Formats: sequence, structure tokens, C-alpha cells
Amino acid sequence: MIIGAGECGVRAAFALRENGYAGPVTLIGEEAHLPYERPPLSKGWHATPKPIASESAFSDAGIRLLRGTRVEAIEPTEHRLRLEDGAVLDYGKLLIATGARPRLFPGMEAALTLRTPEDAGAILDGLTPRSHLAIIGGGFIGLELAATARRAGVVVTVIEAADRLMARAVPAEIAAIAHARHTLEGVRFLFNAHVASATKTSVTLGNGEAIACERVVAGVGAVPNAELAEAAGLSVANGIVVDSSFRTSDPEIYAAGDCCSFPYQGRPVRLESWRAAQHHGHHAARAMLGDAAAYAKIPWFWSDQYDLTLQVAGLPEADRACIRRDVGEAAFILFQADDTGRLIAASGIGEGNAVARDIRLAEMLIERGVVCDPARLADPAFNLKAALKG
Amino acid sequence: MADWIKACAVDDIEEEDLIRFDHGGKTYAIYRSPEDGYFATDGLCTHEQVHLEDGLVMDHIIECPKHNGRFDYRTGEAKGAPVCVNLGTYPVKVEDGSVFIRIG
Repeated sequence: MIIGAGECGVRAAFALRENGYAGPVTLIGEEAHLPYERPPLSKGWHATPKPIASESAFSDAGIRLLRGTRVEAIEPTEHRLRLEDGAVLDYGKLLIATGARPRLFPGMEAALTLRTPEDAGAILDGLTPRSHLAIIGGGFIGLELAATARRAGVVVTVIEAADRLMARAVPAEIAAIAHARHTLEGVRFLFNAHVASATKTSVTLGNGEAIACERVVAGVGAVPNAELAEAAGLSVANGIVVDSSFRTSDPEIYAAGDCCSFPYQGRPVRLESWRAAQHHGHHAARAMLGDAAAYAKIPWFWSDQYDLTLQVAGLPEADRACIRRDVGEAAFILFQADDTGRLIAASGIGEGNAVARDIRLAEMLIERGVVCDPARLADPAFNLKAALKG
Repeated sequence: MADWIKACAVDDIEEEDLIRFDHGGKTYAIYRSPEDGYFATDGLCTHEQVHLEDGLVMDHIIECPKHNGRFDYRTGEAKGAPVCVNLGTYPVKVEDGSVFIRIG
């Protein structure tokens, strides 16, 4: 039984079959859509979302898909779920993959947010050239949306509380490249800007300045959908707490994807990541079938803004020194190593897929805990594949 | 009518790597395996039509640079999410230091 039909839940359902499980699989999703890929929503205008798998793929795999279905409660002692419509479903093992939802800070509750195709429609439909979009938050979602809107001629203002963009996600040198590009494209930025209040069509800053616009969108992070788990008595701390097999404090219940807090290199981490959702789902499915292996994948993120692509492997630390590797003319990667010299993060930015190959190799180097010679990392002529094999 | 088309010289591709080859309005990927075998597939990932040329070749797997869809480039077989549709493959021969692929 799987609650949540996003990337993680869907991957888990199919992985159960791929790993030989022949018993019943039920996948419960709140949204009415066939499970779809979320990343494109902020990266362009898409009339219809792209399904993760076709309806027949679910039925062919014997996965019972309940759409538009809300779970009211998990009753762990009885091993059952209560649905909103009163129905009761028994489970043997349960996976919670309920994801996350947009965060809103006090004062900005009226702002639009972006999570679903309906949200994307509410933001983008009806925005015409020269209409004005205000975006609260200069993170991945806000900047991808800014790029999409600028391409359509929409006037964009990005309001950021920190003194730079993507402060949680990438080193400053990379954020500066994105900042320069957005500025060139005509995006207006307000940094160190505190939002006092927002309506659907205006933002008032802490200094009293009011920004009038046609739409206000907030992209200031996400909160895990952990309420069902919490009400069922499971341990929750910035996400549903799980071990390295995605098992919660109840041994029959697992949690994975954006909603869970899992151990990564000795500390609890919660990710909001498409690829982690897939990997978690896959690993949790195997764990539910008895595989005791500890999850060891490295976090990996990407963002598309105009023709710039950012890719990040590992979790960069804001204050840690970086080793720069140039990849061609206008692309580079910043590596970070821990105090023992082991690679812990690599962040790249460039046009198209210029940084992809080296980031992928860096991901494998991080996963294997390889100690790299900084001079070699910085040398564009040195093939990172050799470091992996050496 | 299938034709043998000269794609590149054998040394144009590094070992365990690939290059892009465009011909007749289509794009292909030509691979050199760690055992010095040459292979050819469609040049675009079946997930979101991304060029595979910036992808990573490890052993006999090509991984898409965008979302890490993986294929066995010898058979075109998709190796799991997010890709589920195989890549088309093309016969390859090496003659006089050149790599030819048969398309059409």
C-alpha cells in the first residue's frame, strides 16, 4: 500500500514488481491526474502534464491506482487506512510518499504557489507581455518561473530575503552567473527584502515600498506532508523520520521522498528532489521486500533557466572553499572537499549540458568517498573518469 | 535502401566515449566501447529528446546528461526510469580507419 502518487510513490510501485513482488499493490493519489512529472511545471508553458507512466502501464503491472483519493488517517495498530469517503483499506506494509507542499510565511498567505498543473495554469494563463509578475523567493522555482515568464515578455520582479540568489543550494560564484543572466534578460531583483504582506496583486515590503502587479507567486521552500504520519504516532522532525532503509518508527511503515528525513553522511537530511524521489522509492520498495542495504545515493539537483543549466551533486556548504574547474568557455564546476580531502559536493553551471558529464562523474566520486588532488580537479585536461578508476 | 555512411575516423572517438553524428536531418550517436568496439544509436534520448552527446559512457551504458536515463548502447535497451522506450540502433563497420554506419 502506497500513499502518494508522485515520482516517489510511482517508482516504488513499479519497483515492487520489478523486484518480483506478486502480491497486491495499491497506489493512492490525491490528485485526479494520471501521475505526472512535476519538474516541467516551472520550466515552460505546458498545457497538459506529462504522465510518468501510461494508464495501461499501471494496469499491466497490476498496480491498482486510486486517483483523487484522500487518506484521512493511518491506523497502525489495525494495519489499515481510513479514506475521506469512509472506506477502509487494510495493508500489510505501508509506504508514505506524500511529498511536500509550498511553504508560506505569515503575511504572504494570499500569494499563489506552484506545485501542480492547476497552480501553473493559475500563474501563467492570462499573463500577457508587459503584465507584471512578482516572485517572492530567488530559489530554483522562482528563478525558473522568472525565466519562463521573461521569455513570454512578462515584466518580472524577484524579491529575495537574502543578499544573493539560491543561497540554500549553490555556492555564491554560481549564483552570480545566474544573477547576471537574469539581469541581462531584464529581471528586476530586490535583495535583503523582507515581505511584510502580500495579496494576489501586490506585495508590500518591510520598508513600506509597495509593488503592484498582476500576479504574486511565492517560492520560498516547502514543508513536508507529515501530518498523517504524525497523527498516527510516527516520529516526525522536519519530515517523517526514517532509517537508512526508509523505515519509520513503526517497522511496518516506510516513508520516502520529499516527506521523509533520512540519514545522509551522519546527519538527518530532507530533500526536495526529483531524482532523490525516484531513488528513495526504488530503495524503499526493495527494503519492504526484505533487502537490508543502507541507502547511499548522493543528492543530485538540476535547474534550467533560459539556456543555462545548473547541476549539483552532493550538498554544497555555503562557507566552504571551492576548487574551480572550467569546462569549455562559459561553463564551470565548483568542487568542495571535507577536511580530509574527500569530495563532498560539486556544483556546475553552463549552457546546455556542458557540465553534465563531469557532475555525473563527481557524483560517483562523492559516492565512493574518493580523495582527489585539487590540482587535478582544476585541470580541464584531466579526465575525471581516471580519478574514478585510479 | 540502406546505405553505409562514413561517420568519422576511428580515432575521432576516445575509448569509452561517444560523438554525435548528424546525417540526412537525423542525429546519431557513435560509441567506442572499452574493448574498442564501435556502436551506433539514435542521438536523442527517448525521454525528452535531449542530445546524448554530452552524456557519460561507462562500460556499455550511455547515460543521458539531462535526467540520467540509461541505455545499453549495444542493444539500445532502456535500463529503467525515467526512460522506458529503447533507442534505435544501427549496424556499424570499421574499414580503413573509418567508422561507417548503415542507415536508411
